Amino acid sequence: MKIHEYQAKEILRRYGVATPRGRVTADAGEARAIAEELGGRVVVKAQIHAGGRGKGGGVKLAKDPAEAEALAGQILGMQLVTHQTGPEGQKVQKVLIEEALEIARELYLAVTLDRAAAKPVIIASAAGGMEIEVVAERDPDAITRVHVDPHLGLLPFQGRLVAKRLGLEGDTANKAGKLVAALVKAYLETDASLAEINPLMITAQGDVLALDAKMNFDDNALFRHRDVVAMRDVAEENPLEVEASKFDLNYIKLDGEIGCMVNGAGLAMATMDIIKLYGSEPANFLDVGGSASQEAVANAFRILVSDASVKAVLINIFGGIARTDRIANGVVEALRSLGGVAMPVVVRLEGTNVEQGRAILRESEFHFIVAETMADAAQKVVAAVRGGA
Amino acid sequence: MAIWLNEQTRLVVQGITGKEGKFHALGCRDYGTQVVAGVTPGKGGEVVEGIPVFDSVAEARAATGANASMVFVPPPFAADAIMEAAGAGIELTVAITEGIPVADMLKVKAFLRDHPTRLIGPNCPGIISPGKGKIGIMPGHIHRPGRVGVVSRSGTLTYEAVWQLTNLGLGQSTCVGIGGDPINGTNFIDVLSAFRGDPETEAVVMIGEIGGTAEEEAAAWVEAHFDRPVVGFIAGRTAPPGRRMGHAGAIIAGGKGTAKEKMEALAAAGIHVCESPADLGSTVAKALGR
Repeated sequence: MKIHEYQAKEILRRYGVATPRGRVTADAGEARAIAEELGGRVVVKAQIHAGGRGKGGGVKLAKDPAEAEALAGQILGMQLVTHQTGPEGQKVQKVLIEEALEIARELYLAVTLDRAAAKPVIIASAAGGMEIEVVAERDPDAITRVHVDPHLGLLPFQGRLVAKRLGLEGDTANKAGKLVAALVKAYLETDASLAEINPLMITAQGDVLALDAKMNFDDNALFRHRDVVAMRDVAEENPLEVEASKFDLNYIKLDGEIGCMVNGAGLAMATMDIIKLYGSEPANFLDVGGSASQEAVANAFRILVSDASVKAVLINIFGGIARTDRIANGVVEALRSLGGVAMPVVVRLEGTNVEQGRAILRESEFHFIVAETMADAAQKVVAAVRGGA
Repeated sequence: MAIWLNEQTRLVVQGITGKEGKFHALGCRDYGTQVVAGVTPGKGGEVVEGIPVFDSVAEARAATGANASMVFVPPPFAADAIMEAAGAGIELTVAITEGIPVADMLKVKAFLRDHPTRLIGPNCPGIISPGKGKIGIMPGHIHRPGRVGVVSRSGTLTYEAVWQLTNLGLGQSTCVGIGGDPINGTNFIDVLSAFRGDPETEAVVMIGEIGGTAEEEAAAWVEAHFDRPVVGFIAGRTAPPGRRMGHAGAIIAGGKGTAKEKMEALAAAGIHVCESPADLGSTVAKALGR
């Protein structure tokens, strides 16, 4: 799960990470009032989940409260396009108004999971403000990695080590070491999957602050973090994905034209891949669960065909424990409740009771294109979109 | 031969009194696995379809000689159940549970350093040695005994691959689903080295997916240590970066863990990489000269 910058800063402050003073608002007039409280010169920052907000025009410096109001008015409601939003952009609903500070240096600091080592890892770099992937590409030696024992937490010497590698000295190094410890604690205690400060700012006075902050969380651990769940902003998510999540369906909207319904995540990805291999593009990822209950199949089908870009549907179910005759019934039932659909539906059923399953489809009042294998299914659905079936 | 699971394996099912746990305990028994005990704390003394239930794994092991466990415990308690099995001296633990927090799995990894057990999963279909037994949720009837080893991060995609093999007359020695989570107990290399020690496994099918670097590490290991044919597929070539594709571990993060990188690493190591998931079986047949 992702949250906004202002929410991440809220969490990090609780753990002792210093941030610039500021407040979030959805109202340009209030932006002016906040700027006045903060002394006039402020930064107006669009709050969307995607990165690259500055380049997209979502982060602006205001020299006085009147300009803060004007800029907030421009940014609020805009469709902010960044390299992470896709061409349609993301609508800005809130802006964070923060005091503008004198920056002496910008650094990079993050904690994430190192899967291969099975440990959290601190990633630090003196090149702040740049994407860490870019730094990793250009100058991998400039990146410091320190593994953390999740049960011991950050050891004080490790904090000092990170500060040293960032080229910090004296009191500033002490402050940075403490900030690293606070970031690690926040990461561990909230079951985060990423806690990133980019840039980490060193002020002219030698103070260390999180100028930006990003936190992602382990979805599997949300059951023990109600406060984090309360930060979910569904306006940032695709409406079809929100709808699917109500039924515990794993659905991800993509840009293609063939709607896919598959049981199991690996098979669902493989089905998307084979569609591409045969010359078309998947409209979505959709895993109805390995056991594919009749109800899940019916809900999934309804959500799938409500996507306006879907021109044909491919249902690929490997019935193991789930019986394919039941799945066929689920599909027919879904079509009945929708009063049928105009687009071609290719169904590939395999596994337990497959003959009965295929017979149910054949004998129903709807027309299905029945496929025998995955390759056959991909070929038929692509042909159907091209008007060949 | 087969790896890790054979006719002598004696299974305890943790979470046997739940709906899923019971259903699959019986599924394993029907397939021929010796299911000797169940465990649900507080329900010791009950009997599920002839299988005695104990309060703890230690009691179940002492009373029945169980040496393997299958975990069906809900996510908040699953890590504890895995560690309980390891603490009781169980040799093989198969964790089916999906949704265990990463932080809990890091605890498990730390505990297993002092309490060695072979953990398969979590979030996996389990392990099957066709004709000998199964510990897991896979449909037994699509398999047939034979000489192809299968290792995979997926569930139903593995069934697809197995079904292709079976239809071509290529049976399987053992099929292991290592699970779709970012932190798991057994990785590709663990399974591949066990297959290397099994003279009856002639070829291996390896099914990976986006996220992490386990496939790349396995490819390097295959190149250096494994001289039997390996056929590989990586799911998720069309997956967008930054999105979790169903499995907690299937995510391209920071531009890393793409299917393209993995396929290239596999091919560079001499693994027969399938462009299409529909070609897995036929590629094995070809690699074995059949």
